[in-house]
Amino acid sequence: MDWSVILSDAIRSGIGPVAAVYALAAIGLNLHFGYTGLLNFGQVAFMLVGAYGVAASVSTYGLPLWVGVLIGLGSSVLLALLLGLPTLRLRAEYLAIATIAAGEILRLFYRSSWAEPVTGGVFGLQRFATEFYDISPIPRDTYGFWLVRFTSRDLWALSVAWAVVLLATALIALLVHSPWGRVIRSIREDEDAVRSLGKSVYAYKMQSLVLGGVLGSMAGMMLAIQNQSVNPDSYDPVVTFFLYTILVLGGAGRVFGPIVGSILFWALLTFFDSALREAIAAGYISPDVISAPEVGAVRFALVGLGLMLLMIFRPQGLLGSRKEMLLDAR
Amino acid sequence: MRAELAKLSFEPGVAKPDPLLVVDGVTRAFGGLVAVHVEHLEIERGAITALIGPNGAGKSTLFNVVSGFDRADSGSWTFDGAPVTGRSAHRVARRGLVRTFQLTKTLSRLSVLENMLLAANGQRGERLGLALLPPVWLRQEREIKRRADELLDRFRLSRMRDEYAGTLSGGQRKLLEMARALMVRPTMVMLDEPMAGVNPALTQSLLSHITDLRDEGMTVCFVEHDMDVVMGISDWVVCMAEGEVVAEGPPHAVAKNPAVIDAYLGKQHDEPGTEPDHE
Repeated sequence: MDWSVILSDAIRSGIGPVAAVYALAAIGLNLHFGYTGLLNFGQVAFMLVGAYGVAASVSTYGLPLWVGVLIGLGSSVLLALLLGLPTLRLRAEYLAIATIAAGEILRLFYRSSWAEPVTGGVFGLQRFATEFYDISPIPRDTYGFWLVRFTSRDLWALSVAWAVVLLATALIALLVHSPWGRVIRSIREDEDAVRSLGKSVYAYKMQSLVLGGVLGSMAGMMLAIQNQSVNPDSYDPVVTFFLYTILVLGGAGRVFGPIVGSILFWALLTFFDSALREAIAAGYISPDVISAPEVGAVRFALVGLGLMLLMIFRPQGLLGSRKEMLLDAR
Repeated sequence: MRAELAKLSFEPGVAKPDPLLVVDGVTRAFGGLVAVHVEHLEIERGAITALIGPNGAGKSTLFNVVSGFDRADSGSWTFDGAPVTGRSAHRVARRGLVRTFQLTKTLSRLSVLENMLLAANGQRGERLGLALLPPVWLRQEREIKRRADELLDRFRLSRMRDEYAGTLSGGQRKLLEMARALMVRPTMVMLDEPMAGVNPALTQSLLSHITDLRDEGMTVCFVEHDMDVVMGISDWVVCMAEGEVVAEGPPHAVAKNPAVIDAYLGKQHDEPGTEPDHE
């Protein structure tokens, strides 16, 4: 059993581009759920329209990448408005139902044969982000520290992704500590009280939904660009549940919650994955108990177990305040 | 004020010398139950008006309708001369009619001070674009903080200023809600059962806060079903029963009004009720 491989895998995953993508999408979800109290169960839909905005613009229509980015951002604003207009005046549950449904409808729509000329259907779209890698200032080589190595391509992708995550975090930090943030945090607590004091709750919820959705679409774009490919089936509802897991791990309603949560989630997931495979290969675990193909499922069970322990011993998440948590319980 | 009101006839729907809120023909039914059916009601500016009546009389429903938290099935109402019929709650509040709730709505996971700051209106920093530019709103924020601190002081909540509002006791929450309503600089406050669930000592303090508001020129209307509380501080009392206004007048007159006594103790029927017809 090679511990250096396990550790290397875990660290690579925790600071890798995918963790950054999930952190960014979770920052958007944190604005929705952690600060405004909006139950958005379809954050993946925003990622989907962002990813396809880039992919289809470049791949299908031959537009430059930056135009694709703008189209992706525009689609997410449109999606937020479409979701919010009918549901934000209603009770919170309706948004939850509408968003989870919208996510699945969009996925099925994008993979349908009808949409295939634009979206590539079940085959998706590939190689639309060469422009992104062409402008990389990092010379071809491998880079790293201690046990961890990244190719110049991955290093470029993850640097840009984490830079965007830090910018988004700064934006959220500024916003939630402003009077605007005070209004949305108040809406989370009791929207009737906010209404009775002369604030248009509907307008604030809509702003929050759009802004968080835009962050989600940026995460989708980064994921598409990193993989140089999009496929509708990688945008299934489970992604949103991972995002909630990340949020709960790190602490909802905390500025750095999504970052801490995402790093930890991916590092743990990969740690269990790698450790189980190593243990099976070394014969510590009999293939009759867990066989190699089952590792993928077992690692999620272990993360789930970890989440349960967290709920029992630290329900507010790693960065949350226990005092605040207890107030919520009344 | 009281002298002027005393000259009026003590009839339901009587016109006031200087009405701030005028309600006309408002009805609200829940299914077959008519919760509110008010022909005409005027609330005098600068006075304390108590809205009394037994449970289920429609007081809170009328409150909800007028403050934009519920729809009326028919009718209209004006506030300060402007029509506000059917306006959404936040628009009504911006016009200067601010309400509190029977079950206090403190924002638990915000500090007491933040609860106060939220309520100030016309904040530049509440606009998404400007929120990112603290220099634009910091000076206004300081001014609002100063006003909030003054009010917290007056309502004896300064000690709790930086605590989560969720840690306040029931009585303190009532005080916070009242103080928070004042941050909006309302012309009229509607208090929905401000004394419910408050210990007798704090009731006295709440009552004196209410009279203070009136003495500063604010119009106060509050719902209460305990008649004794109402008598001492109200300038005018409106009694509702089964959705309708059954009596109006100064406290002493209303207390003796047979319609009010009926409302609280049940009607006495001199004639036995006739049997409903069956086919």
